Amino acid sequence: MIEEIASTADGNIILNLGPQHPATHGVLHLVITINGETIQKVEPHLGYIHRSIEKMCESLTYRQFIYVTSRMDYLSSHINNHACALCVEKGLQIEIPSRSQVIRVLMDELTRIASHELWWGAMAMDLGAFTPFFHAFREREAINDIMEETCGARLTMNYMVPGGVMQDIHPNFQRRVKEFITLFKSKVGEYNELVTGNIIFQNRMKGVGNLSAADAISFGCTGPTARGSGVSCDIRKLYPYEIYEKLDFEEILESDGDSFARYMVRVREMSQSISIIEQLIDNIPEGDFQAKTKAVLKLPKGEFYQRVETARGDFGVYIVSEGGTTPYRIKYRSPGFSNLSALDHMARGSKLGDLVAMMGTLDLVIPDIDR
Amino acid sequence: MWSFSKISKLIDSWLSVNFSSTWTMVIEMVIAGIAVITLFALLGLVLVLMERRVAAWIQIRLGPNRVGPGGMLQSLADTLKLLVKEGMTPDGADKFLFNLAPFIAMIVAMLLMAPIAFASNFQLWDLNIGVLYVTAISSLMVISILMAGWASNNKYSLMGAMRSGAQIVSYELSAGLSIMSIVVLSGSLNLNEIIQSQADGWWLFKGHIPVVIAFIIFIIAVTAETNRAPFDLAEAESELTAGFHTEYSGMKFALFFLAEYINVFIVCAIGATLFLGGWMPFHIGHWQAFNHVMDFIPSSIWFFGKTFFLIFLIMWFRWTFPRLRIDQLLDLEWKYLLPISMFNILLITLMAILGWHF
Repeated sequence: MIEEIASTADGNIILNLGPQHPATHGVLHLVITINGETIQKVEPHLGYIHRSIEKMCESLTYRQFIYVTSRMDYLSSHINNHACALCVEKGLQIEIPSRSQVIRVLMDELTRIASHELWWGAMAMDLGAFTPFFHAFREREAINDIMEETCGARLTMNYMVPGGVMQDIHPNFQRRVKEFITLFKSKVGEYNELVTGNIIFQNRMKGVGNLSAADAISFGCTGPTARGSGVSCDIRKLYPYEIYEKLDFEEILESDGDSFARYMVRVREMSQSISIIEQLIDNIPEGDFQAKTKAVLKLPKGEFYQRVETARGDFGVYIVSEGGTTPYRIKYRSPGFSNLSALDHMARGSKLGDLVAMMGTLDLVIPDIDR
Repeated sequence: MWSFSKISKLIDSWLSVNFSSTWTMVIEMVIAGIAVITLFALLGLVLVLMERRVAAWIQIRLGPNRVGPGGMLQSLADTLKLLVKEGMTPDGADKFLFNLAPFIAMIVAMLLMAPIAFASNFQLWDLNIGVLYVTAISSLMVISILMAGWASNNKYSLMGAMRSGAQIVSYELSAGLSIMSIVVLSGSLNLNEIIQSQADGWWLFKGHIPVVIAFIIFIIAVTAETNRAPFDLAEAESELTAGFHTEYSGMKFALFFLAEYINVFIVCAIGATLFLGGWMPFHIGHWQAFNHVMDFIPSSIWFFGKTFFLIFLIMWFRWTFPRLRIDQLLDLEWKYLLPISMFNILLITLMAILGWHF
């Protein structure tokens, strides 16, 4: 009566994890070959949320295409917008006012904290602890409220435009950001008490999902995933854009290369972002929030590339222009896609429960992988 | 001391006057059965609501607060929803076993209710091997889970069931050894006599550190045995979607759900009976005045107070800790808990022989 369970010739079971699964945080489909609980092979199948964003962008003007990029990595929408705006500005060769530069960096770092907060909660949830998710959301809500006040949106921001930002910051912005810094500093200890220091959590994370520095480079991993393996790859340090070179912050590196190292990189990065915000929040220069630009933007013929550091890693925008009002070709280099490619290498030989933990530490956002 | 014995004696005498002895027994059994089913349903509703409120309190949110006063009727509404939902049976499933499994889970949980003393002189079945009965019947729980996992014809269910099998069988050992330590101290397998032996103080306080260790091991082991987080590998939402009950819906799922909560209640009741004196009020040695004051609190309040305290403890675990991995789970049992409890029971036996406890 029971049908034969699909298995390979050597007795391994093939298990479909996703596209509907609580641990994949979206529509990622992993085809796993398992022997009992031990993983033999992981094959990610993509395409469930492919929306042809790159093709769509090719038929939109240089002002319009930025809005679509908010829908890619929806947790770093400010930073995606930022990369596109920078790339267009590079083509137009315009200088933007220093006020808008500072506002952009502030928004980027707030986004980074919000993204890491959500990741922290989801990471703990992948390991079966539900409570941290709600604690993380308490702080994330504060950031979202700040964003909502200034740019009117909570997720798809569309705030950065070629030439600066769409509108000036709200009068309450500085006060509320300072309130948030106080709130965050009072709560960050809770994070370590609840999750980082927990013995079960450490046992689950330490020594699993090993990724050596050489492997991290060969898989093209960037962001906290690579920095957990000791690869220095922070675009803000290596190829500084906006005002990052004038700021005092450190690139977080961990050398272990296991899940716990990647976890610690992100937790420590939140504090670094807070320190960047602290340096800037009282020093927002007066002036225009947007440079004067033409109503219709036309990029000169040529190729333009701009990379930024999102919460997940190196995000690149490549524009090929034929001189018209719309790009001839657009290509996005998204961090999630390369980071996911390391999953099979990391997961082989470990247990099914650890696969979920590893996916958590890669901080996958599926629309970022699929676009 | 206020107790249920007066009511039960009144009913018994009234019945024996009006009916023959056989009919008296039959009617009493029916009454007892209805009482158990009522208690069963009531406990399910209360525990589900309690879990949700405790979770909400730990997770800085409100929890159910719309249905009825303060959300009290939320679980009733949920039950109604589950009753009217379609109970699907998957195509490839072994239909007989698939539909049987939730009932076995339920029956096991009901059987376990029998020897528990809810209050002074309020016990369905004063069994002289009560402790043995409880340990024996509670092992049957794993059969229903294995049955559900196998019959669902789903890989996730099967994996959940296999995990659960390994887990329950291993943790029964240390739970059993912890229970045995109290049996050694009180010299009886009868739950009532174990409670009576704590009239001058609960075993947790009388038995020095070894009993405290046994108590801690007992709590860990029963958390694992009832598949509660951090040992909820059989369900493991983020790994196996819902583990062994992935394919269940409607009332069949509700039976598993109910059985889980009743099992939590039962293991906590056993824990309260063995280590915290069951319905026995808080007594300190020969302080007659103090003991007398404590006796004024009804015995049922003592029993339910202790049991719900332990239930709260187990819920607290669930909403605080991450889940263990399967190999870590088995390591914990076979490398740590089992050797410790084996050594511990030797120590307690020595203590009992030499009379070193209070």
